[in-house]
Amino acid sequence: MVFLGSHNLELMKYAKLLLSFVLTIGIFFVFNTKIGSLPPLGKFLNPTSGIWQNESNESITGEIAIPGLQDKVTVHYDELMIPHVFAQNEHDLYKAQGYLTAKHRLWQLEFQTYAAAGRLSEIVGEAALNYDRSERRRGMGYGADQAIAYMQKYDTKTLSFVQDYADGVNAYINQLDPKDYPVEYKLLNYEPEAWTPKKTALLLMYMTKMLAGNDDDLEFTNVLRQIGEKNFELLFPDFFDITDPVIPKETDWSFIDVPQTELPASRKAILDTIAETITKPHPDNGSNNWAVSSAKSTTGNPILANDPHLGLYLPSIWFVMQLSTPNHKAFGATIPGALSIISGFNEHIAWGETNATRDVIDWYKIEFNDDRRQYKYDGGWKDVTFRVEDIKIRGKESYKDTVLYTHHGPVVYDKNFMSDNGRSGYAMRWIGHDGGNNQRTFIELNKAKNYDEYVNALQYWNAPAQNFVFASTQGDIALWIQGKFANKWEGQGKFLMDGSNPENDWQSYIPQEFNAHTKNPERGFVSSANQHPVDENYPYFVFNDGYETYRNRVINDFFNSKEKFSIDDFKRLHNNNYNLKASELVPYMLEHMDTASLTENEKVVYNEIKAWKFNNDIDEVGPSIWRQWYGKLYNLLWDEFDNEETALMAPYTYQTIHLLKTNGNHEFMDILETEDKVETAKDLFLLAFKEATARLREIKTEKGDYNWLTYKATYAGHLLQGLPAFSRFNIPIGGDRSIVNATSENHGPSWRMIVEMTSPPTAIGIYPGGQSGNPGSKYYDNFIDDWAAGHYHSFNFIQSDDHTEGVIGTQTLIPATNE
Amino acid sequence: MNKNIINFISTIILAVVLSIVLPWWSVMTAALVTSLFIPLKKAAVFVVPFLAILSLWTLQSFMLSIGNDFTLASRISELLYLGGSPYTLLLVTGITGGLAAGIAAVLGKQIVLVSQK
Repeated sequence: MVFLGSHNLELMKYAKLLLSFVLTIGIFFVFNTKIGSLPPLGKFLNPTSGIWQNESNESITGEIAIPGLQDKVTVHYDELMIPHVFAQNEHDLYKAQGYLTAKHRLWQLEFQTYAAAGRLSEIVGEAALNYDRSERRRGMGYGADQAIAYMQKYDTKTLSFVQDYADGVNAYINQLDPKDYPVEYKLLNYEPEAWTPKKTALLLMYMTKMLAGNDDDLEFTNVLRQIGEKNFELLFPDFFDITDPVIPKETDWSFIDVPQTELPASRKAILDTIAETITKPHPDNGSNNWAVSSAKSTTGNPILANDPHLGLYLPSIWFVMQLSTPNHKAFGATIPGALSIISGFNEHIAWGETNATRDVIDWYKIEFNDDRRQYKYDGGWKDVTFRVEDIKIRGKESYKDTVLYTHHGPVVYDKNFMSDNGRSGYAMRWIGHDGGNNQRTFIELNKAKNYDEYVNALQYWNAPAQNFVFASTQGDIALWIQGKFANKWEGQGKFLMDGSNPENDWQSYIPQEFNAHTKNPERGFVSSANQHPVDENYPYFVFNDGYETYRNRVINDFFNSKEKFSIDDFKRLHNNNYNLKASELVPYMLEHMDTASLTENEKVVYNEIKAWKFNNDIDEVGPSIWRQWYGKLYNLLWDEFDNEETALMAPYTYQTIHLLKTNGNHEFMDILETEDKVETAKDLFLLAFKEATARLREIKTEKGDYNWLTYKATYAGHLLQGLPAFSRFNIPIGGDRSIVNATSENHGPSWRMIVEMTSPPTAIGIYPGGQSGNPGSKYYDNFIDDWAAGHYHSFNFIQSDDHTEGVIGTQTLIPATNE
Repeated sequence: MNKNIINFISTIILAVVLSIVLPWWSVMTAALVTSLFIPLKKAAVFVVPFLAILSLWTLQSFMLSIGNDFTLASRISELLYLGGSPYTLLLVTGITGGLAAGIAAVLGKQIVLVSQK
């Protein structure tokens, strides 16, 4: 350096300038850009607009000006952070609902509709492309368009409320400064976009998919081809040997005067081989609801309960609100994106839903012409219509997917998606595409005063098919299985059908008044738990679409067990951990299994399960042993269905246990792999037990214990790929699938509500989350511990807006003046 | 008053003012400007604005977070694999701002050197 001349020194100066300039640009770039999963650190961490701004208490006082409000709206917050909204008219009410939902749950509100629409690639990049394509091909956007078109044509009033909600959401978004964006936007480095009525329609499609988007027609087609009709009937009967249906068996159907569609002369299953199918919703999506009559209630008032079983997520799927105008007051759980109360009560009635297990999706094989612009139908050709799905991908070029539509619906599988046949495809017929007016049902239910108005509200409901339970202060209880159901011929839609034969089309619908229902039944209670809707006597074809067979029997046995029931009985039933399923197989296995070859370690486990009283409580080891034992047994038994090249569906649990106990020497019991040996049920019990013990010992080494708490390790994961920092783990709660307390690892009672029909009704409830969607708020997950412990919160059903007892803050929304 | 202290205080004041109108890189702008008008020597060129913004961001973040029991800070600390301690996150926040400011100040210093002929 000492030898450098002055000229070189000049050069050095410029070189240093250049270097420091590059460094400055470099550090700016690095801190301003999302790199992999790392957020842009400068943007993300700076105290003025980064995440530190989200570290805040809820603002629940003061006045806020909202454009388009007609009158002032009072919002009282109680100590649970539940907003009690008092508006002067329904338009203002739904504006306020949109505004408040956005205020507490903006990111979730928007993210769920991105997921519904198949737009996640816009947020998370190419990793979501396959998911997005499935959702587009399933016709989620198409269905939402149909719903909007229906409302534009037939019900502009409901549409105007949907627009009010959108205006409310947008009023909130427009008030936001980037520093106020929920933390997830900062993490992923994007911004909220304007809300539209179509997003509400998409959210309703999302519910439809989640709750009634399950079907196994294509899997059943493969199964039928592999095992033949006789075996199929054995493994998948339309009715099991026991039925304890939603609508009581003794119901008289003689008032139904429209017959079931006649069986067509030519009916031939299409026995194609289908390799893979699109992702199905969680099979445990289901629920419980029930109500007892005045006569069966200890207080003389009907009592109603509801607990929808859904994935356990944070922010929670539910947001509790009171929504009132001078003409009505409704209280209960809302879903961000949908208007009004979904499961709740008003001054006169209470209602709740469970999933009605009905087959509302059918599949048709489509044969195209050479250029795939026409398809075969009724001896001629029909035109295909095209819907181009433009999937935007973050950081990449868009992906364009052309989906072909037939009169049945979208051709989900064709040569461009999960299939390689250039000339054919499978079209989906789904009631969800039909453009109903589902939103209206809830808006009307929120205002309904009695049984007739409840029935009237239900008529608008197409999908997802639900069991709507009802109780009123007048003393009525009821349950309607409501949806728009095709009047199918016997067996229609179990398997893939020939799409060119008009006889395979849905010919007509079951008239709404003939949907199965019961009002004030003699037994003094109504209940549903996703089991058979009806027994064989109902005059229309219903097909086993994954019926629940355990929760329903525990619930109904409970209500048949004594004369009168109290709120405490209801709480106990919600939290009931009795494992009926295990109780129906474990004693049989213990009795018939050959124990001679058990090792010392195996004997320990043997004695543990022998001592188990079939309660899935957290400190028991029985539930874990049962899970392992039955799981291994199921896989050994149905090894015939373990095939990676074909999409198959193994039999349901009820029939599996039935066969093990009554048909233990059937050829299905044999393990295919062991060619020189023929296994029977008895052998499988032992083999499975030994495998289970080995695995349980591994778990003990890994986790220290295999009690149910440790084994199940229930968690509520954040909606965004379960980000651990925003999730809750090892929640101490018992139960499992098929148990009334249906809490498995990441699924369970997402909302528990009990309402006594005093005047006005008295209600308690809880859900595994909190009112705030902000992980930086103490109201984000503050209900979880009480929920796990089986506790409830008393709801403050405020009767007038000048009432302030239990109110911790009041905010007033006022019309914004145009200056 | 010592030039280092003047620069330190000016950088903080300017950063606070600029942050009202500019995004996060207001701290880079502030450090650049002060280094042009209050030039420092040797390591101080980087260290003084680094410490100024480190102090500013850490203190501001602390003030925003303490009233809420560091609820979000703890979660973000876990999210960024910092062990769940809000104090580590405060430090990382400070270093992020400080680093950006310090480097911008070095650029300012080089501009001053080049323009002094």
